[in-house]
Amino acid sequence: MCNDLIIQDLHVSVQGNPIIKGLNLTVKQGEVHALMGPNGSGKSTLAKGLMGHPFYEVDSGEVIFNGIDVLELEPNERAKLGLFLAFQYPTAIPGVSLANFLRIAASAVRSAETNGSENNELIPMREFRKELRAKMTQLGVDDSFARRYLNDGFSGGEMKRAEILQLAMLEPKIAILDETDSGLDIDAVRIVGESVSSLVGPELGVLIITHYPRLLDYIRPQFVHILLDGRIVESGGWELTQVLEAEGYDPMREKYGIAETVQENTI
Amino acid sequence: MQKGDFSKDFVEKIAQDEPQWMRERRLEAYALYESLPMPHTTEDDIWRRTVDMRTQDYWRRTRRHLRGFAVENYHPAIGLNGDTSVEVPKDSEDAAGVILQLDGQHQHTSLSAELEKQDVYFADLNTALKERDELLRDYFMTKAVTLETTLKSGNIATRNKFDALHGAFWQGGYVLYVPKGVRVGVPLRVYIRLAEEQHADLSHILVIAEENSEVVILEDNSSMNQEAGGLHSGAVEIFAGQNANVTYVQVQNWNRQVWNFASHRAVVSKDAHLCWVTATFGGRLNKLNQAIVLEGNGANAQMLGLAFTDARQHLDVSTAQEHVSPHTSSDLLYRTVLKDRSQTAWGGNIYVYPAANYTDAYQKNDNLLLSERAHADTLPGLEIQAHEVRCTHGATAGKIDTDQVFYLMSRGLTYAQAEKLIVDGFFEPVMERVPMESVREELQEFVSRKLET
Ligand SMILES: Nc1ncnc2c1ncn2[C@@H]1O[C@H](COP(=O)(O)OP(=O)(O)OP(=O)(O)O)[C@@H](O)[C@H]1O
Ligand SMILES: [Mg+2]
Repeated sequence: MCNDLIIQDLHVSVQGNPIIKGLNLTVKQGEVHALMGPNGSGKSTLAKGLMGHPFYEVDSGEVIFNGIDVLELEPNERAKLGLFLAFQYPTAIPGVSLANFLRIAASAVRSAETNGSENNELIPMREFRKELRAKMTQLGVDDSFARRYLNDGFSGGEMKRAEILQLAMLEPKIAILDETDSGLDIDAVRIVGESVSSLVGPELGVLIITHYPRLLDYIRPQFVHILLDGRIVESGGWELTQVLEAEGYDPMREKYGIAETVQENTI
Repeated sequence: MQKGDFSKDFVEKIAQDEPQWMRERRLEAYALYESLPMPHTTEDDIWRRTVDMRTQDYWRRTRRHLRGFAVENYHPAIGLNGDTSVEVPKDSEDAAGVILQLDGQHQHTSLSAELEKQDVYFADLNTALKERDELLRDYFMTKAVTLETTLKSGNIATRNKFDALHGAFWQGGYVLYVPKGVRVGVPLRVYIRLAEEQHADLSHILVIAEENSEVVILEDNSSMNQEAGGLHSGAVEIFAGQNANVTYVQVQNWNRQVWNFASHRAVVSKDAHLCWVTATFGGRLNKLNQAIVLEGNGANAQMLGLAFTDARQHLDVSTAQEHVSPHTSSDLLYRTVLKDRSQTAWGGNIYVYPAANYTDAYQKNDNLLLSERAHADTLPGLEIQAHEVRCTHGATAGKIDTDQVFYLMSRGLTYAQAEKLIVDGFFEPVMERVPMESVREELQEFVSRKLET
């Protein structure tokens, strides 16, 4: 299928330090994958590398999406193909309202041109407002959000909900959720979990990066992968989360000969 | 038309049909102009930032910018054949009054019958000199922009060669006089244009709002010809009378060949309110002195600055907020975006007189650099002589944030769209305080155009 995200032998480094060291993973439209791994193992590096952050250098490997090698593309071109990243730490853009930004973003990803050239044609205001309001209601996001400045002064939980709202509005084919559940209270995890699972379907495949199986109670992944030191060391089904929950990462580290001291805590 | 030069003979020529007092003031200004050396950008502290700041090489510093400036290259003129084909811009349609000026020569004035009936006076300065001799004699360069400044802030020159030049050779500009108690609900619009090659615009602006009056002025300074070299040496004097409410918006969009020197000053009386918006987009080199004097108890002023420079433009702004009386407040917010190799310097000073207790004074300057080669200097300052004072000041300068750009691009925006949104967001705290929707839209338009070129 051409909408699959296929990652082959990917190597990514940050400031000259290799972080992702030969990673293989395929996420198909309609599938739910979970990616788990200790702090500093490279989960966010993978996510940002896939989206094309300029500080995350892809040294080698391939990422095929929609049948295209996306590593040559700008982040906006990847977004247009249907790739989406919900950030672990969303960036604040002061002075820019969420609604204004989302209208430009939605217009951009929906426009017919695929070459990433600028599209100044905006979705008509009324149409956009209607759609936004409907999705906000559906996700239990407060009305005032639309007028607030993007992620500026948002609480941790508000930011994550805003990420899911963007996901709902941009209707990607593959979404990477980088710890969308952390920083959320129990109720919010449920709301986010339920809303993501309502979005998951044959049109949307997701890669959920998480530390907590709680979110996975709402969105059952078919596949669970363990990332250690820049490589996926084990893949399996739901039962893998149970193993981790019971034993932690140590037995796995031992098994694959990875010293804990290599990891740096990024929190 | 008589094209002149900056000589004493020409001062006499300009003054020949003017009242004796004006002739004397011109000659006095000329004497000062002659006695002052051309500002030296290495020796004269106040002009130190009016040059290329990237290099510490003094010889090269002086070579850039002011060194390339010679007053002889520009010409004041009188009786210029009005190119009456210049049309009054469309956006003036619902203005309560309009003045259009081209190359220092008055082209068009209109004022609504209603305002005329209320004795609002709105005329070009040369006409006003004939019709309102007393008024001008009282206010013209006597209380605000004066040859010897009465300001306490050290960042504004005591005697400025360009103010003297202006005092000697001024032509054009306008007077707006709003009598006591008159509230002008609709804005007045002014268009000041430069067109002729090597022409000097020496407009003098005088806004006098009497007790309890209210008025909004939107003024637009721009070039008709994008290639023509030019000089602007201007002055703005604003008087907000007791309990008056004045909004003055000046948009400066000279072409990139124009050397721009200006002194702007406002005197705010008891309980009066001034909202002052200065938007700078044009000019080759700009040296702007802008000061407010909060003279009466309870006077309040907002100074909003919005600037966007590109190419090799240089913008040097010195501001002063002088609190003379108790219970006065002022709030300055200047935001600048820089592109290409442009440079800006902002130096601000809050000066609180010993008597001015219960003062609130705020000052903030932020700069957003869109290119590696742009450069912003920012120097906030405070001088406080009173005890009961609340003051804050701050300054920032930073490059466009990669993570912000990435975040927006990851949602489908092109680099240009992301940059535009970040710039718009950066200007938003200024924009949201600009009083009128139409003005905000106009400023937005200028910002967009700057981003596109
Ligand atoms: N921008 C950066 N600059 C410097 N080092 C970075 C940067 N981003 C990531 N790293 C380093 O790369 C390694 C992997 O970080 P990454 O954020 O990918 O981990 P993670 O698996 O997402 O961890 P967590 O579970 O804490 O979110 C860490 O050692 C981190 O310090
Ligand atoms: Mg992470």
